[in-house]
Amino acid sequence: MTVSKNNPAGGGILVVGGGISGLTTAIEAAEAGYDVYLVEKNPYLGGRVAQLNQYFPKLCPPTCGLEINFRRIKDNPRIQYFTMAEVESVEGAPGSYDVNIKIHPRYVNENCTCCGECEKVCQREIINDFNFGIDRTKAAYLPHQMALPARYVLSPMIIGTEDAERCKEACVYDAIDLDMKEKTMSLKVGSVVWATGWKPYDVNKIDNLGVNCENVITNMMLERYAAPNGPTKGKIIRPSDKKGPESVAFVQCAGSRDENHLPYCSYICCMASLKHAKYIREQYPDAEIYIFYIDVRAPGRRYEQFYKDIKADEKVHLIKGKVAEVSEDMETNNLTVVAENAVTGEKVSQSVELVVLATGMQPTTATAKLPADLKYTADGFIVNDYEAGGMFAAGCANKPADVVTSNQNATGMALKAIQTLRR
Amino acid sequence: MDKKYRTYICTGCGIGDALDVKNLCAVPEEDGVSVKTHPFLCGKEGVDMLNADIKDEGINTLIIAACSRRVNYDVFKFDGCIVDRVNLREQVVWSHPRSEFPALAEDQIDDGVHFDRLEMLAQDYMRMGLARVKKVKLPEPYLLENVSRRILVIGGGITGISAAIDAAELGYEVTIVEKEAALGGYAAKVRRQLPLADPYESAISPIIQSRIDKLKNYSNITVKTETLVARIAGQPGEFTVTFKKPGERIEFDVPYPLPPEMKVDENGKELDNEKLAEVFAEYNEGRKDILTLDPSGELYGAVIVAAGWRPYQSKNGEFAHLGFGDIPDVVTNVQFEEIAAKGKIVRPSDGKDARTVVFVQSPGKGDDDADFDYCGSVTSLVSLKQAGYVREDYSDGKAYLFYQHMRTPGLTENYYKAAQQDSGIFLTKGSVMGVSKSGSDLVVDADNTLLGEQIRIKADMVVLATGMVPETLDDPVVNLAYRQGPAFRDIGIFGGYADSNFICFPYETQRTGVYSAGAVRRSMTMEECIEDASGAAMKAIQCLDAVNRGVAVHPRYGDMTFPEFFFQRCTQCKRCTEECPFGALDDDAKGTPKPNETRCRRCGTCMGACPERIIGFADYNIDSIGSMVKSIQVPSEDDYEEPPLRILGLICENDAYPALDITGLNRLSYNAEVRFIPVRCLGSVNVIWIKDALSQGMDGVFLMGCKHGDDYQCHFVKGSELADIRMKKIGDALSSLALEEERVAQFEVAIDDYDKLPKIINDFVEMVEGLGPNPFKGF
Repeated sequence: MTVSKNNPAGGGILVVGGGISGLTTAIEAAEAGYDVYLVEKNPYLGGRVAQLNQYFPKLCPPTCGLEINFRRIKDNPRIQYFTMAEVESVEGAPGSYDVNIKIHPRYVNENCTCCGECEKVCQREIINDFNFGIDRTKAAYLPHQMALPARYVLSPMIIGTEDAERCKEACVYDAIDLDMKEKTMSLKVGSVVWATGWKPYDVNKIDNLGVNCENVITNMMLERYAAPNGPTKGKIIRPSDKKGPESVAFVQCAGSRDENHLPYCSYICCMASLKHAKYIREQYPDAEIYIFYIDVRAPGRRYEQFYKDIKADEKVHLIKGKVAEVSEDMETNNLTVVAENAVTGEKVSQSVELVVLATGMQPTTATAKLPADLKYTADGFIVNDYEAGGMFAAGCANKPADVVTSNQNATGMALKAIQTLRR
Repeated sequence: MDKKYRTYICTGCGIGDALDVKNLCAVPEEDGVSVKTHPFLCGKEGVDMLNADIKDEGINTLIIAACSRRVNYDVFKFDGCIVDRVNLREQVVWSHPRSEFPALAEDQIDDGVHFDRLEMLAQDYMRMGLARVKKVKLPEPYLLENVSRRILVIGGGITGISAAIDAAELGYEVTIVEKEAALGGYAAKVRRQLPLADPYESAISPIIQSRIDKLKNYSNITVKTETLVARIAGQPGEFTVTFKKPGERIEFDVPYPLPPEMKVDENGKELDNEKLAEVFAEYNEGRKDILTLDPSGELYGAVIVAAGWRPYQSKNGEFAHLGFGDIPDVVTNVQFEEIAAKGKIVRPSDGKDARTVVFVQSPGKGDDDADFDYCGSVTSLVSLKQAGYVREDYSDGKAYLFYQHMRTPGLTENYYKAAQQDSGIFLTKGSVMGVSKSGSDLVVDADNTLLGEQIRIKADMVVLATGMVPETLDDPVVNLAYRQGPAFRDIGIFGGYADSNFICFPYETQRTGVYSAGAVRRSMTMEECIEDASGAAMKAIQCLDAVNRGVAVHPRYGDMTFPEFFFQRCTQCKRCTEECPFGALDDDAKGTPKPNETRCRRCGTCMGACPERIIGFADYNIDSIGSMVKSIQVPSEDDYEEPPLRILGLICENDAYPALDITGLNRLSYNAEVRFIPVRCLGSVNVIWIKDALSQGMDGVFLMGCKHGDDYQCHFVKGSELADIRMKKIGDALSSLALEEERVAQFEVAIDDYDKLPKIINDFVEMVEGLGPNPFKGF
């Protein structure tokens, strides 16, 4: 038998979310010969992993895999992708869904060559969300250097201002279209894969960990500091005085495994903090690192080895104990981390220059439900109903997971989506 | 194809501002190739012009001198045309600002002293593009005569069954081979299994029987129990598989490659091919060579390996401090499960009720907080489940669980929390120091627990949470009839798991068309196994589709080229066969390689390995790159008083090339005497290119590609490592030419090293400058 190249049932597959899971689902299905629409709300593909400096345990840059995936997309006419797009409604049944997609204006069309002239003349600066607000970016900006599409974006904040006009004037390629309007688009698809991903848990909800102190940052912020394309070009600093920290404390389970916040384990934070300890050791060989944990969850041979290497480092101190409090010395902006050593019962009080909260992952669907008939867990993860078929969640929309597991899962979900088409 | 050439120069994005376009146009014109320029070639008007030229004038070979080939990839793609992208933007004008590389003043032109580095750079790249397109052909797909679309699943446990159903659901014919008499694997041997879905709070009845029943609904699934795979010969799309019964010895058992010590004579000299073939036949007596296809073998297109795991067998006395082996009531979690599956939990020694059971997660006393080997996060969950059995069987039952780290990641945390609610289950961190006997009871001593510094528990039984050893640890399982050997290669670095090194692409193995799933990849719960099975099934059907269309699979999916050999000149040196990262080549008794096109991933490592230079691809071959090298102009003292250096950089197109683009995007500048040529993989770099460069007077050559070693980043696994070995060897050749070894170097870079590249490049050029010009210059 042969698989027909045309999607037999109602159209193709809709993949919602262009992070690593969504990319994987979309590309794997397309490379088996099926038509895929990929919808991403950001102006670029890549999602959370595009914000990471390196993956554990290989300490390799995520852009390496993204580059290959982007090439696979560019090379494959079966994938159509839409950025700055959101799903407005999904109606129908497995095999036949009517989908409405809203596309926000980018104000930059496909003529853009990334020459950067608009950015030069734009005066207004906006908060750089890609860097979690650590720095600011021009309101005419390229989301990040290896972004796909490699095309600038104009923030809606400057539309109607002189800045926008300046940008338009500076562009010799007629790439800036200030009249661009929100568009809607209708698609007919046979199955939908939700790869809507996760967001860092909102630390402002945690009141005992010094979240308002300048030198308390989150694990994702540390990734941006460590990244060569980040706000400090890869230098890890403490925000208050921009100096390299001589001591750093990692507070594990900042929000996770906590009935008041996220009751589940966020899967990646132990490995992430161990990786962060490596980043810091590399930049500051004399820095002392304290990791406060409940359990170190680094299972599997390669993660275990990674943990073992860190543990052998005399500058890294692992303390089993949940942190009760982080407080700030107003003069030095140093922080005191208070915890109880769970084994000895001793109260530990450690002064450090920088605190990194190992903030957990919350599904984006915890706070914004999707416009489709889906079932969620109490914590907002999408529950997969394989018997019903039709719609599936992939990656961290379905459960907290690392990148490898997300990719495995997302590959499998491509198959499930295809099965629906062929039913 | 009758090539009709035209060069197109885009003058946008600063190209026209920085470069003298007229001079640039002269390069193709001198070569007899017409030129058009456009201020915005990727815009609608520009692309319309290209399309019109293709349609109206029959232009079919386009040299597009504009931006990097990484951008506007789809815009400048024309069916039936050869396209070369000359990167004037990122690699020339963006990375070499006129402020640093000034144009010549009127009186400096042709004065024999001054030269315009930027113009020279751009013109060389133009020449290189022109040279390349003359030497390449449009690829045509490699089509097998008969593609088998059947899928073989090795292993009839929960993973294999799930994969089979997943593929069968799409209409594929699937065969499951299972070595045991019945399907089900370990999933059929448990009392209860871990939950598969939200809320992950309680163990459930085994689901395996329902899966086995479901199998029966699929007429396209065949099950062969008590069967092993004796060998898998051939290639994706046409694997010939021989089955056998366990314990049988048959002539189609797969032969093994000779161990290294048998490949040399008593003096350590390598045996010649004839002798090797003889020794090989002797070594594998009774087994047919890999190239002999089993006439009664069955054809399959792709393979899923779901061979699963076996319980860890402790080495003699390994866990003596825990009483294991000595005290019959100290058992492993697998033995405990067997007891539990039979009925009430009773002690093996005397059949008495086991009302108090201690579970030990970590054997390392206080010295090592690791769990038992091969545990992953499964055994924490299993111990929690088994603690539940004790509570289920005895209303006064007590279970103590000593862990160093409770490993219940993600949503499985719920399962841990549920166990915490049970007042008869005592969960504590602690170092189990020893297990001893006191009368008929066991005594467990533990230190540093949450219940006290040193505690002693009297127990009826002790359960060690030992790990799941992948079947692939010491058994090839797949028994591939490949010259490189029957097993997955290099799985030693994964501890014997048939896993991938790729975080981004977890299903990639070094054996095309063979995908692993389940506990051969890592310790997994059944939920994870079922999920993994779907992914492996996806990859298998995708591979069949690619083979059917004659294109490569990942990471060069869609590539229609494949290595072509000019066998008349083959010297049977076997390097291609040995070096291919994917074992795509076999060789016959004489040592002549036999290509297996659908095993090939198109990295070109064979081409790089071949000393006779007889291997090439339609659009990428010794001549195409060699001609690019030769087209670079190497100025000598005849041209200028102090001629500039010329350095060749052969760079990996997957990581180094994009990194260099980003260097340009950031307007970071670097030396303008270097000429870059992208290569598919550093493994494809043939030393002839380096020799060509040096013999035409270039002053240095460097390779730039991915990191190698255990955490390799090479997309073709071994390419950059092999290149490194070759470069080390080339040093000797250079010194025999009286050239310094330092003139050839290899740099490991990652894709995000764009900020470091200028220094790497500049430092190399400076070092070569120190050595002085190549003495061969001008010859």
